[in-house]
Amino acid sequence: MMKAKEEIVKVGLCAAALLSVAVLLIVVGYVFINGIGVISLDFLLESPYRFEYGGIFPQIIGSICLVAVCLIFAVPMGVASAIYLAEYASDNVITRTVRFFVECLAGIPSIVIGLFGLIFLVYYLDFGICLLSGGLALGFMILPWTVRASEEAIKTVPQAYREASLALGVSKWRTIRSVVLKSAYPGIITGILLGMGKAIGETAVVLLTAGSGLESFLPKSIFDPVASLPVYIYMMATQGHTSAAYSRTFGASLVLIMMFFVISIFALLLRNRYIRRMGRR
Amino acid sequence: MSKIEVCGLNVYYEKGTVHALKEVNIEIESNKITALIGPSGCGKTTFLRALNRMNEVNDVMTKGKVIIDGKDIYNGGVDVIQLRKKVGMVFQQPNPFPMSIYDNVAYGPRIHGMRNKKLDMIVEESLKKAALWDEVHDRLEKNALKFSGGQQQRLCIARALAVNPEIILFDEPCSALDPISTSKVEDLLRALKKDYTIVIVTHNMQQAARVSDFTAFFLLGELIECGKTTQIFEKPKDKRTEDYVTGRFG
Amino acid sequence: MLLGDSAKMPLRKEYTANLEKLKVDVQKMGELAKDSARNAITALVQRDSVLASRIIKENVTIDDLEFDIENRCMKLIALQQPMAVDLRTIGTCMKIITDFDRISDLAGDIAEIVLQIADEPHVKPLIDIPRMSEISQGMLSDCLEAFSTGEIKMLENFSDRDDEIDALFDQIRRELITITIEKPRFIESASHLNFVALHLERIGDHACNIASRIIYMVTGKRRKLE
Repeated sequence: MMKAKEEIVKVGLCAAALLSVAVLLIVVGYVFINGIGVISLDFLLESPYRFEYGGIFPQIIGSICLVAVCLIFAVPMGVASAIYLAEYASDNVITRTVRFFVECLAGIPSIVIGLFGLIFLVYYLDFGICLLSGGLALGFMILPWTVRASEEAIKTVPQAYREASLALGVSKWRTIRSVVLKSAYPGIITGILLGMGKAIGETAVVLLTAGSGLESFLPKSIFDPVASLPVYIYMMATQGHTSAAYSRTFGASLVLIMMFFVISIFALLLRNRYIRRMGRR
Repeated sequence: MSKIEVCGLNVYYEKGTVHALKEVNIEIESNKITALIGPSGCGKTTFLRALNRMNEVNDVMTKGKVIIDGKDIYNGGVDVIQLRKKVGMVFQQPNPFPMSIYDNVAYGPRIHGMRNKKLDMIVEESLKKAALWDEVHDRLEKNALKFSGGQQQRLCIARALAVNPEIILFDEPCSALDPISTSKVEDLLRALKKDYTIVIVTHNMQQAARVSDFTAFFLLGELIECGKTTQIFEKPKDKRTEDYVTGRFG
Repeated sequence: MLLGDSAKMPLRKEYTANLEKLKVDVQKMGELAKDSARNAITALVQRDSVLASRIIKENVTIDDLEFDIENRCMKLIALQQPMAVDLRTIGTCMKIITDFDRISDLAGDIAEIVLQIADEPHVKPLIDIPRMSEISQGMLSDCLEAFSTGEIKMLENFSDRDDEIDALFDQIRRELITITIEKPRFIESASHLNFVALHLERIGDHACNIASRIIYMVTGKRRKLE
């Protein structure tokens, strides 16, 4: 009796796991089948023209630039906040408030952050629709994730490391830099990776702050509008009515997925190498 | 000659609600090993951590004087960093940093500004003093966490020695080690007392009996009795000490 | 901080029981040795060969007991790491069983002498030898009582009591020398009696040793009694 029940549960759970994998495979497979036909060197290296013709080179570069600006803002801010929350702040009203707002920020829909970016960065600070506005808005969006992941990573560093360092007559800040951050690095990388994944696929924020997605030029400065893959896909899917637009939608999606995979694999390798070097687990 | 003189030391935890150490008075002699024994929660570790102000890492209030070489370390003008360079510490769990053997030992001196040849010398010397050099000299670049618990603990001792302290505090250094590693650490302690003043907290009374010159017995935050180790274990004066060392409670 | 009631709870029950048992057996061995010494003198006075033979036989039991106790002491030290009063007790036990063994050996030697001289009358009336025996018996009784109760007051005057025994021994020796000079044919009997007195004097010394160990056991202080 017990055994039969065990078996049923096991099979059920296994089926659920397989189903999750299947969904992923179907989505990726569908995109791959529909998109692979359009992928060529020209598609990757040319600029788009007349809406649905040409390639997506500016879009690829634009997405990379946006993520870069986003990380340049969000990583130092996130790690600094995390260090403060985990190492310096005592548990009082202020830190609880900060933590609460960080949680809230994580829950805000991206379209609202996009709207805020539009009003505050584009109009109020008068950056215009540009790489800087888009990158910063994306930064706002992933900031809570970097803060949270970094704080968790810092908190999991054994207290014994800190005490060992302090007991050698090393100051607190020096201890954090030399020991704590070094040990928390894999966790922080994971947090940044999560943020990057969110940022590179984000559409709403970029649509409102960075550009139309169809720009056929590369940004010359951070104040130029910039194209991006998700917005391009959005445009193609909603505005294009030809088979060329249809296949480009999937071609660009495939590129986006590949970029995400490359980033993930690269970050994972980096993290694993670091963990191996640290000799933990 | 006494190296450390503690007068009326009181330590409180939890915003003063827990009185962890009560009016402790003791003198700790130079170039001797002083063992602190007592049941769990008796305040011996708190006392140890009061000697290099490591209690301050947690939320702790300290009253009274701890005079090291004639200077009260709780005096406002004392630099904690200088104090902790002078009063090193080795912890219960071996806690080498996740770095190479070399970097672990070099960690302190490097931060205090030592470089190159001189640093190499200090690393070698410290590892030799910690009786670890012969085992690791050809593997200095290997990650410290790959070594055995006993080797890691001696590495931690080497790391403490590298900043050239005068006093070393040991917080149950052998509780995570096997008997052979424990013997090695104990031999090391006896060898080190030539150059350093050593204070060791231990749960293991036999260890206190084996290695120490003086023994102090703590109970419920009070220092009950302190004296020559032979006296404490052969003919303790206080009934409570006797009950503890004979294993009648604990 | 979690001590509270557990501080009052007795621990190491088996160890404590073994230690108690050890003390009881040491006490028993002491009683046997003391009885041997007393019986030896009784046998001498009454020229009782049967009793003397029994003493010699009993000697073996006491020897066995000594080994047994010593083994148990070693085991307790090896396995239980005794400290403080426990350590002093075990150390004392190991020391005083040797004294007890020697006392029973001396009693045996006296019994051997009894077997040799039981057929002839004594060269002189025995007054001082029983007196020596009485004093040493008193000392041994006090030792055994102090050992079991921890009350050491009656051990304080052991030096005086030992002096008394020594004085009696001197007296007996001089007496016996006088006898042998006057009546050389008694030389062998006198020499035997001289040995008996010497053995009794030794028993007194052993009693002093035992007393000083017991004082150490109880107080942790070394005190020489002689």
